[in-house]
Amino acid sequence: MQTATMTVDHVGIDVVRAGSGRPLVFLHSVGGVDRDGAFLQGLADRGSLTAPWHPGFGHSELPGEYRSVGDLALFYLDFLEQEGFEEVVLVGVSFGAWLAAEIAVRDAHRLAKLVMISPVGIKVGDRETRDIEDVFAMSQDELTEAAYAEPERRKRDYSTMSDEDLTALARSRESYAFFGWQPYMHNPTLRRWLHRIKQPVLVIGGTDDGLLRSGYLEGFVESLPNARLSRIANAGHYPEVEQPQAVLDLIDSFLEEE
Amino acid sequence: MRVYHFSEQPYHGAWEADAPSLRVTLPNKHCDPKVAADLINWRLDEWQLCDELGLNIACNEHHSSATCLSASVNMPIAMMAGRTQRARIMASGYAIAQRPDPIRLAEEIAYIDVATRGRLDVGFVKGAPYEISPTNANPVKITERFWDANDLILKALTHQDGPFSWESEWYHFRQVNIWPRPYQQPRPSVFVTGGSPGTAKSSGANGHGFINILSGWNARTLFDMHRLASLEAGHGVTPWSKFVYTALMGVGETREEGHRRLMDIAGYFRTTSKVGEAFMNPPGYMDVAGNVRWLKANQTRGRAGNHFQAAKRDGEKLAIGSGVGTGLGVSAQDMADAAIAFCGTPDDVYEQMTEFISHAGGVGNFVIMAQGGEMPHHEACANLELFSKEVLPRLEEFDQSQIHADTEERVLSQRDEG
Repeated sequence: MQTATMTVDHVGIDVVRAGSGRPLVFLHSVGGVDRDGAFLQGLADRGSLTAPWHPGFGHSELPGEYRSVGDLALFYLDFLEQEGFEEVVLVGVSFGAWLAAEIAVRDAHRLAKLVMISPVGIKVGDRETRDIEDVFAMSQDELTEAAYAEPERRKRDYSTMSDEDLTALARSRESYAFFGWQPYMHNPTLRRWLHRIKQPVLVIGGTDDGLLRSGYLEGFVESLPNARLSRIANAGHYPEVEQPQAVLDLIDSFLEEE
Repeated sequence: MRVYHFSEQPYHGAWEADAPSLRVTLPNKHCDPKVAADLINWRLDEWQLCDELGLNIACNEHHSSATCLSASVNMPIAMMAGRTQRARIMASGYAIAQRPDPIRLAEEIAYIDVATRGRLDVGFVKGAPYEISPTNANPVKITERFWDANDLILKALTHQDGPFSWESEWYHFRQVNIWPRPYQQPRPSVFVTGGSPGTAKSSGANGHGFINILSGWNARTLFDMHRLASLEAGHGVTPWSKFVYTALMGVGETREEGHRRLMDIAGYFRTTSKVGEAFMNPPGYMDVAGNVRWLKANQTRGRAGNHFQAAKRDGEKLAIGSGVGTGLGVSAQDMADAAIAFCGTPDDVYEQMTEFISHAGGVGNFVIMAQGGEMPHHEACANLELFSKEVLPRLEEFDQSQIHADTEERVLSQRDEG
C-alpha cells in the first residue's frame, strides 16, 4: 500500500489507497493508518480502500481555525464530495468511529453503510459515571493494559522507530488531545442527532475492552435507528488489531445483507 | 534591590503517604485540616514578619498537592494585603492559560493593587504540566492561549474609556470595563515566570520582566536571551530591575546553622517532582520535536520528574529534583555551588548572592525560599530575621550599575554579531 498526498479545501493530507471495487473509507483513531496491518489489507481485498490521515494527525496539516470534531466532519464531507464517492462504506475505529457519526449526522447521502468499531463520541452514563477511561491520566503501561486483551504483545519499542514515524505519532497524540480534551472524548449533543443516520450500522466491540464502560456501546445501538452490536472475543479496544480476521468476517456478513 | 520571601506552604505530613504521586491524585484524606490550619497561619505570620523586616512577599499556587496548600495565589495575597503596610507583594504565577476567566483575574489584580496602594507585582506563568487538571484546561496550544490571555488582561487593566469587546480564538467578552482600575498607572509591572528559552525570549520580546526559578548558573544564558529579545523588540537591553531569581536560602550565626536550615528547606527538592507519569507530559504541552526526543528514549508519557538541571561550577550535575528521595545525598554546599541555594553565614550568603548577580549580568530582585520542607515556624522566623539584619542592608548597597553597563555592551555586540 502506498501513501500519497492530496489537498482538500486547501488542507494537505496523507492518504493511503489500495484495492478496487466498491468504495470503502477507513477513519483511523489515535494510532493512525497502519497500512501494513492485516485489517487494512483485508479491507483493500474487499473494495477500493481510501484511508486518509485526519487533519492534524500523522503528517497531515491542521488548519488553525479547526477546533472541534465537527470541523473534521465537515472536512470529510468536502473530501467525499471531491472524491465523487457514492454508496460508501465508512469504517471507523474509536475516535475515527466518532468522526464517522459526526459526518453521517450532518450529511449521509453518500454513505451506504457504517461500521463503528469501539466508537467514542457520545455520553451515556450519568454525570458521575465515566463512559470512557481517562487515557490522559494513565501511564503508558496502564493504557496498554486497558486497551488490549493481550497487552504483552502490544508493547512497542519507540527507540527503533524513525524520526518521521515518531513525528507522526507525536502529532497524532497532540491532535487527539486537542479534539478530545473537553468534553472528554465526546460531543454532548451527538446522541441527540444519531437518529438522522438511517443507514445500517454495525457496531463492533471487544469483550476485553478496558477503556469503554460496559453498556456504553449499547447506548449507540439504542440511539441509532438501524444498528446492531457484535462482540469479538479475545479483543480489547482495538479488535481490528487483535482479531482482524474476526472483524473482517463480521464486516463481510454485514455487507452481504440487503 | 528587592528581596521577596517565598514559601510554597507545603503539607509535609503527607509526604510519606504511600502514594505514587504527591500531586493530582494524592487523596485529601491525607490532609488533616487542623494541621493545615497551623501550617497556613504560620506561613502567613512569616510573611507578616517580612513587612516588619523590610522584606517583600511572594506567593504562588499549585493544585491537588501536598507540596503547596495555596490553590489560588490571590488567597494568601489578599490576606497579606490586609496584614501589611510596606511590603511589595508578588504573584509569582497567575496561571493565566489554565484559568478560564482572564477578566475576573484582571478585576482581582486591580482590587489588590488599589487596596495595597500599589504594592502588587504581577507574574504570569504557563504553569507546570501537572497543573492542567484542576481547570481541565486543554494542554494543546496552551502557549497561544497564554499570550491571548496576557493581551486581554493588560488591555482590561489599562483601558479607561468604557467597555471594549474581545472576540479571539480563546476568549469572548462583550463589555469589558473593570472597576476599580489599578492603583499603579498605567498598570502594575508584569513578569513571566519560567525556566525555558522560549519563556525567556517571549517575555523579553513582550517587554515583561522574567522570574527565573532555580536555573542556577544557566540563568545567565536565559537572561541574555531575554535581554536580546527585549532589545530586538525595541524595549532596549533589559534592566536588572526586570530580572527576578528564585532560590532556597538558609542563613545562620554559624555556617553549620545556615546549612542545617537550608537542608530543612531542601525537602522541597525531595518532593516537588514526585508526580505520576501520566501527568508529566500531557499532549501538546511540549512541542513535537521535544516529544520525538522523549519517545526515542521510550519515555512516552514523560519521566518521573526532571525539574532541575542544576550543575556545579565545574559542570558536575546534581542528582536533585528527579523523584522523591533524590537530593538526599546532596549537601547544602553542593546546592550553593550550583547556585540553586544561598546558605551559610551572612557573609557566605552575601558573597553567593553578589557572585550570582555578577555572573548573571545584573539581577534586581531575589525571591528567597526561606521556609520550605519541614522547617518549623520559629526557625523560619530566625532565618528571615538574620537575613534582613545581616544580609539585606549590604545587598541594598551593592551597586550593579557597572555590571549592567558591561552586560549592555556584551548584548549589543551579540546583536551586532547576529
